[in-house]
Amino acid sequence: MESANASAEALRKQIVCTEAELARLKLQLAQVEAGASAQETDGLSIDEQSASPVTKKWPLLPEEYKRYGRQMIVPSIGIQGQLKLKESKVLIIGAGGLGCPAAAYIAGAGVGTLGLVDGDEVEISNLHRQILHTSAKVGTKKVDSAISFLKSLNPHVNYVPHPSHLTPQNAEEIVLNYDLVLDCTDTPSSRYLISDICILLQKPLISASALRTDGQLIVLNSPPLPAGDPAGGPCYRCVFPKPPPAESVVSCGDGGIIGAVVGVMGVLQAVETIKLIVQGKLKAFADPNEVRDGKTNPASMLLFSANSSQPFRNVRLRTRRAGCFACGKDSGLSLEGLKSGNLDYVLFCGLASSVDVLNPEERISASDFRDLKNKGLLVDVREKVQFDICSLEGSINVPFSTIQGKTFGEADVGWIPQDLPEDAPIYVVCRLGNDSQVVTRRLKEGGFGHGEKRYIGDIKGGLKAWKEQVDASWPEY
Amino acid sequence: MDTHETIPLIVEFTGGLEMLFSDQRKHTLQVPAKDDKGNAVTVGWLVHHLCEEVMKDTRKELFVLDGHVRPGILVLINDADWELEGEASYVLQPRDNVLFVSTLHGG
Ligand SMILES: [Zn+2]
Repeated sequence: MESANASAEALRKQIVCTEAELARLKLQLAQVEAGASAQETDGLSIDEQSASPVTKKWPLLPEEYKRYGRQMIVPSIGIQGQLKLKESKVLIIGAGGLGCPAAAYIAGAGVGTLGLVDGDEVEISNLHRQILHTSAKVGTKKVDSAISFLKSLNPHVNYVPHPSHLTPQNAEEIVLNYDLVLDCTDTPSSRYLISDICILLQKPLISASALRTDGQLIVLNSPPLPAGDPAGGPCYRCVFPKPPPAESVVSCGDGGIIGAVVGVMGVLQAVETIKLIVQGKLKAFADPNEVRDGKTNPASMLLFSANSSQPFRNVRLRTRRAGCFACGKDSGLSLEGLKSGNLDYVLFCGLASSVDVLNPEERISASDFRDLKNKGLLVDVREKVQFDICSLEGSINVPFSTIQGKTFGEADVGWIPQDLPEDAPIYVVCRLGNDSQVVTRRLKEGGFGHGEKRYIGDIKGGLKAWKEQVDASWPEY
Repeated sequence: MDTHETIPLIVEFTGGLEMLFSDQRKHTLQVPAKDDKGNAVTVGWLVHHLCEEVMKDTRKELFVLDGHVRPGILVLINDADWELEGEASYVLQPRDNVLFVSTLHGG
């Protein structure tokens, strides 16, 4: 019932919005016709036949001329471009590090409708990059936080909150009435879903991503032609037919992200959005009778590497893949299939298998470890940058990346002190208690337990558990 | 014909792949012009060569999986998708720039 109310509400909003647009178009038409029959009035004099106020003669409000003036006098925008922006309906999926800066510039530029999709709430760790959210908004819905900021930035835009994650079930309903989509999400499964719905509904898609000091930007399905038309722009599946193994996918939470780097990518998405709208590229062909010349439309990818000597680099990608599952001529996609759950995106992309390689007796709780008299050797296998932030007294750092995939020959364990007694225990710790299990198992397999003489185990739940059970002041980063 | 003939290449890694290659984005290499069988070397040969000779990191599966470049890595030859150039069978030319890009997903 709640969702029915929500969709009724969304429809009502849309009707209001569409009616306003219709009224404005009628007004524009009347002006064009009036201009053609009475050019001598040169548009500056008040139409004496009409009782309507002066402002009605102009397609924008007086305040909007001032607000958008600086961008309207850029030749590639102009009043025509501004009116196209005002007519456009843009959907941003993800109100995070990409979505926040993108939304700010797109709203500021004066689009007609701006929708935001996100089911998450604001967390303190978001604030260094998600610039629409403030410290006071921690715990509130991201879409509400973002829209309250955007309303104060530009009240002339119609903002539509979609406070849930995009799913195969709600994707059609959410995306249908927009002209253009921005993928500002952070997982492979959502990227495939967004690409698929954009192919099905023929929407251009501006996709970006970032991690650490790097970012990537790609405009997909542009022009947004039906599946099977080789002149359409490639989709995400054309470029990446197979998802990366889940183990190779690194999140911002694990790998880190510089706020300004992801900000650059979000701002670039806003630039591409404005370009597509102003250049009239929201629909494949403005004129259905336009002559098709058999030309295909390859995509390109913009790479940004903040630390590189060449920070921006544009590379040429492929055109549509004839056999693409989504946009090829034998496309396996359909709106009905999507909705009925034929495609399991999470399964398709896989889940990094949760680590559970140790027996209970090979693990020790954080509080039991605190109470140990003989703590032996404590090995922290987090990366060095994390170890530098905080570490347990007496622990040594052996980053997981330096030992992962290696067999423990003698040469690889120079970090075990020569004078460590053969029966001194070794405890392994990491951030959450996953990598520590892998290292523990491998040390045991490598024979470092000296038969049963030495105990080797890990701290269950890692340093997160240490904070919960032992030391509340432990810095959580 | 000189069997020791080599060709100069620039190989670059980005999107985190550089971490598998000694944290170095740009590698200037001299590679043999011919493989063991006397055939001109290809990008496919180069991928194998990088994995065996240049990559110090033992996590080979993050670069090559089942004999192919792992899904999620784009290979660009002189800034164009290798699929436009014949993929692994592309014959390397002197001073070619081969860029490996791992796709990012964060946002
Ligand atoms: Zn495709």
